[in-house]
Amino acid sequence: MTQEELLSKLKTIIAPYLPEDVSLDDVSINSHFINELNINSANLVDVVLDVEDEFDIEIDNDAMEKMLTVKASIEVIEGKLAAK
Amino acid sequence: MKDRRVVITGLGVVSPNGMIVSEFLNAIQHGVSGIEYIAELEKLKFSCQIAGKPKYRKDYLNDYFNKIQLKGLNASGIEYGVIAGMDAWKDAGLSINTSNEPLWNAGVIFGTGILGVDKFREAIYKVDEGNVRRLGSTSVTQTMASGISAFLGGMLGCGNVVTTNSSACSTGTEAILMAYDRISSGKAEIILAGSTSDSGPYVWGGFDAMRILPHKYNDNPIEASRPMSASASGFIPGSGAGALVIESLESAQKRGATIYAEILGGHINSGGQRSGGSMTAPNSVAVKQCIKQAVINSGIQADDIDVINGHLTATTKDATEIKNWSEALGRKGTDFPYINSLKSLVGHCLAASGSIESVATVLQIKENFVFGNINCEDLHPEIASIVSRDNIPTETLQYSPNIIAKASFGFGDVNACIIFKKYNN
Repeated sequence: MTQEELLSKLKTIIAPYLPEDVSLDDVSINSHFINELNINSANLVDVVLDVEDEFDIEIDNDAMEKMLTVKASIEVIEGKLAAK
Repeated sequence: MKDRRVVITGLGVVSPNGMIVSEFLNAIQHGVSGIEYIAELEKLKFSCQIAGKPKYRKDYLNDYFNKIQLKGLNASGIEYGVIAGMDAWKDAGLSINTSNEPLWNAGVIFGTGILGVDKFREAIYKVDEGNVRRLGSTSVTQTMASGISAFLGGMLGCGNVVTTNSSACSTGTEAILMAYDRISSGKAEIILAGSTSDSGPYVWGGFDAMRILPHKYNDNPIEASRPMSASASGFIPGSGAGALVIESLESAQKRGATIYAEILGGHINSGGQRSGGSMTAPNSVAVKQCIKQAVINSGIQADDIDVINGHLTATTKDATEIKNWSEALGRKGTDFPYINSLKSLVGHCLAASGSIESVATVLQIKENFVFGNINCEDLHPEIASIVSRDNIPTETLQYSPNIIAKASFGFGDVNACIIFKKYNN
């Protein structure tokens, strides 16, 4: 899967968690989920669960802690996919 | 600031026989039952396979919840409570707080018995499978009892009390009185008060197991709920939510709000599970004391009561309740007030019963009628010996009640009684 494809899938996953005043167009590779996209921190666990379902991978606590930005999340996903 | 006048300025309801107030009003005026056969209950081998359940399509929720709130939502009590609560707020002419400043004088007191049981079931399965990490963020917020007041308080931006009370089947009536107390003593101006009750087998199963639900009406749901009838054989489980915007008269007048009725006062007490009272049965001494004290606290005479909206669940206790009303008020025969029970139409909505029935009570005052009781043509002989048949209408009467007493009684031997009055300047 290319990084473009991963980004597009990740955008679809986070879309429902974006506050009303944040548009999907605001999401870029360097976006920080909490500080920039204003996603409720409690919802980050839901984003991670949705990522698990979408890519059929399991994300452990250590990996989850890294997933604070779009870029870091894509790296985690790539790593888990490669290890499959 | 003591003893300020308190009024009702908004109503919302999610009932087995009506999803909005106008539909509910029409249903209670015309004796439309909301009780129906539920296939799931038969599949699960319930003795009682009928219930009262609000009916709506899932996309109805889009008008009340945003997409994040809807994700993984599996708590019917939250759905009912939010719909009824938001409708009541809007009905009162209040807007949603879009500023960053909480509404310091507005609060929420919204009770429930148990919340989000279906969500909790989901969570239990995952935990037992060793999959606790897959619960997500919503298991807590949808199953905490105060989830309903938390959802409403956040949607509206309330900054006064935001809490959930719980006193079994007196929960809804208690919530209204708690709001009344807080407003009359000057601690708040507006409180969204009400209660909600989840539907489904996990809520109703325990009552089925207690053998207090009828099992002979599965083919005949509309005739099943028979308060005050000689053939009453148990209550039909129900569900839903009722919501009332309770407001200081001052605030209501300042806003130019429509006033549905005034709350004169009321009383809450417990029989201490003594003198015939128990976990599941009321102490009649306490019931009578609660009614008498509600009359005193409201500054009226027992003779001023025109109509009673009873608890009257359709068990053998109905006759005892009527006897208690009669003795507490010192009134019988043709002198007994009109009396009705909403449960003949919607069943016993448990924690939601007090608030849904209070909405029905307030509508009678505002729209000048007394709704008829269905299924009590064969009046229980003990009741017939206390109350004149004419005072237990089987069809809706055109009548202008000035004062209605509403009471609810709950497991744990707890009682609540409110006195509502037509609003006059």
